[in-house]
Amino acid sequence: MLRRLHHEQPESFAFTEANQAWAEAQLTKYPEGRQASAVIPLLWRAQEQEGWVSKPAIEHIADMLDMAYIRVLEVTSFYFMFQMKPVGSVAHIQVCGTLSCMICGAEDLIKVCQDKIASKAHALSADGKFSWEEVECLGSCSNAPMVQIGKDYYEDLTTETFAAILDDLAAGKVPTPGPQNGRYAAEPLSGLTSLKDHEAGKHKLNASAQLADDIGDTIKRIDGTEVPLLTPWQGGAASSAKVPAETPRPKSAVQQAEAKADDLTKIKGVGPKAAEAIAEAGITSFAQIAGWSDEDVAWADENIKGAKGKASRDDWRAQAKALSEG
Amino acid sequence: MLKDQDRIFTNIYGMHERSLAGARALGHWDGTGDIIKKGREWIIEQMKASGLRGRGGAGFPTGLKWSFMPKESDGRPSYLVVNADESEPGTCKDREIMRHDPHTLIEGCLIASFAMNANACYIYLRGEYIREREELQNAIDEAYSAGLLGKNAAGSGWDFDLYLHHGAGAYICGEETALLESLEGKKGMPRMKPPFPAGAGLYGCPTTVNNVESIAVVPTILRRGPEWFAGFGRPNNAGTKLFAISGHVNNPCVVEEEMSISFEELIEKHCGGIRGGWDNLLAVIPGGSSVPCVRGEDMRDAIMDFDYLRGELGSGLGTAAVIVMDKSTDIIKAIWRLSKFYKHESCGQCTPCREGTGWMMRVMDRLVKGEASVEEIDMLWDVTKQVEGHTICALGDAAAWPIQGLIKNFRPEIEDRIRGKHAVAAE
Repeated sequence: MLRRLHHEQPESFAFTEANQAWAEAQLTKYPEGRQASAVIPLLWRAQEQEGWVSKPAIEHIADMLDMAYIRVLEVTSFYFMFQMKPVGSVAHIQVCGTLSCMICGAEDLIKVCQDKIASKAHALSADGKFSWEEVECLGSCSNAPMVQIGKDYYEDLTTETFAAILDDLAAGKVPTPGPQNGRYAAEPLSGLTSLKDHEAGKHKLNASAQLADDIGDTIKRIDGTEVPLLTPWQGGAASSAKVPAETPRPKSAVQQAEAKADDLTKIKGVGPKAAEAIAEAGITSFAQIAGWSDEDVAWADENIKGAKGKASRDDWRAQAKALSEG
Repeated sequence: MLKDQDRIFTNIYGMHERSLAGARALGHWDGTGDIIKKGREWIIEQMKASGLRGRGGAGFPTGLKWSFMPKESDGRPSYLVVNADESEPGTCKDREIMRHDPHTLIEGCLIASFAMNANACYIYLRGEYIREREELQNAIDEAYSAGLLGKNAAGSGWDFDLYLHHGAGAYICGEETALLESLEGKKGMPRMKPPFPAGAGLYGCPTTVNNVESIAVVPTILRRGPEWFAGFGRPNNAGTKLFAISGHVNNPCVVEEEMSISFEELIEKHCGGIRGGWDNLLAVIPGGSSVPCVRGEDMRDAIMDFDYLRGELGSGLGTAAVIVMDKSTDIIKAIWRLSKFYKHESCGQCTPCREGTGWMMRVMDRLVKGEASVEEIDMLWDVTKQVEGHTICALGDAAAWPIQGLIKNFRPEIEDRIRGKHAVAAE
């Protein structure tokens, strides 16, 4: 397929500060002189930040990686995940149309897109909020038919559930990703036929949907603060992942232990399991978390099971402060 | 049916605790350092004895592949690259490993890399799997902070770094040399072989590329012994295998089963049967889009392993991605959709594939509508034969085989449609 630079290009491109740090961390994965290896991750991050890959972005990344502009353009046009022209400002819907999805109803999902968004793929909807395209196999065939929106997969769709998702997005909401027919992951819908022992204690959502729910960045333009890239392979003290898992809990974390108990799951990033783990550490109120020192936050980043790194990423302290003030 | 205690992927649905502690509770990372201390030769011998054949589609013996790597370094480092560019239509098994059972893969990477004298390993993940990437990276970070990766990984005395890299949605990057090109920051166009990657792969250094599932089963095989693994399935088809069943069954799912399980048992036990009953079964693609389809009536008693599906049915196990189609399916259109897929995914390097995939799709388009003459069926067959075997990589073959399977198994249906159309036109 012929893919070219869009006829209208922005003046310039720059990564946000956090994205720049993220991009530089990517480079540490590859040997000296092989930094070109990072071209796909960097282009991808540029797209996550802007919605599409522009000419200034291509040139910026080429300069960062010491590559010729044409080489980066070549890569951009070769890989179909890179959008070379602007997409819907809220979301770009990618409907899987390959065999398993097709025989399970993907063509009907495409009709929904044509009705609600635009008659042609890659065209913007009238309000500029949405665009759509049919993509090749997204690798979720046992959960067909499915679509990808932003970072996430919405699986086991019907025309009704899919239309409802589009309506929700248009109304500014982000529905919970994952299977939409009551399934958990890729197990049989009618009930488990194997591995039944673990069913009782499961998390609310499967791993992918849980991340989407915890981080809350499904269709967000990514600025780099959502999921930082730790670089534990560099060893040094800079990496917080090197803190031993059994760090003793700082005392200030449990000050004001007499405070009343709050529903900690109201804090974004704190699921029921994490709330339990926090409570076990003697922390039960928003006021306690609001009073944390940086040390406490670092401790929580490392030691709250199932919420690694989230205390700082989601800024629990500020959230708790807001919540405690009502 | 496979018992739960004989499953390797005991958290494939993600219902157990998904952290490192949870993985350890299920037996992963148990005595990893000791396994490594038994030495390279021992590991490779055990892998050969287990009879594990690569799980990425071709079914090449994994232990043998590892033994091609140089024993002594000539100054260049060696690399293990894990192929997690899962994009063969129908295949969705590696995703479940990476998001729900990631420590099987991470531990496997360490052991396999040691066995091949590699201090670094790259996992090449398909770009669309964004949450899977975050989940897997979390697991890698956790393994680093527990000392299981990095210097003296897991107390083995071996220094090992594991990096997660991702692509951007190109099927061709599942081909091992295209994957290496992509990992080097280029367009994913396959390389000529030789030199094979074991001689000159990533950055020109000795490299082995293995599928996610092939690597993820390694630690369990070494812990439980090759005899245990070889005890499942028929000879030459050893082990347990993740099957991904999609399409017209009552309950599509991903499930680990014994190799050489019968198709009927697989579908009845785990998928609640064929939609509308066995008489409603039209066709099955037993191993992902690249293998020829099989008529439903031949499938019921089929044994799901490499040798039976290739030898008896002229198809293949591939990635064990089973696509089931009932009689509501337009089989000609189904295969046309695969032709469209291959046309879209051809990298454009070799002429027979670049031109041939488009050409085949357009003729398939005519067959779907019935607006063709019967002779075109033979012409299409000829063209598939001109594409097959005349390209650098196997994408050309993969594009040709589904059409050959259609013509071989469903020729009467194609002819009926053409005649029906002509009859209507004559009226």
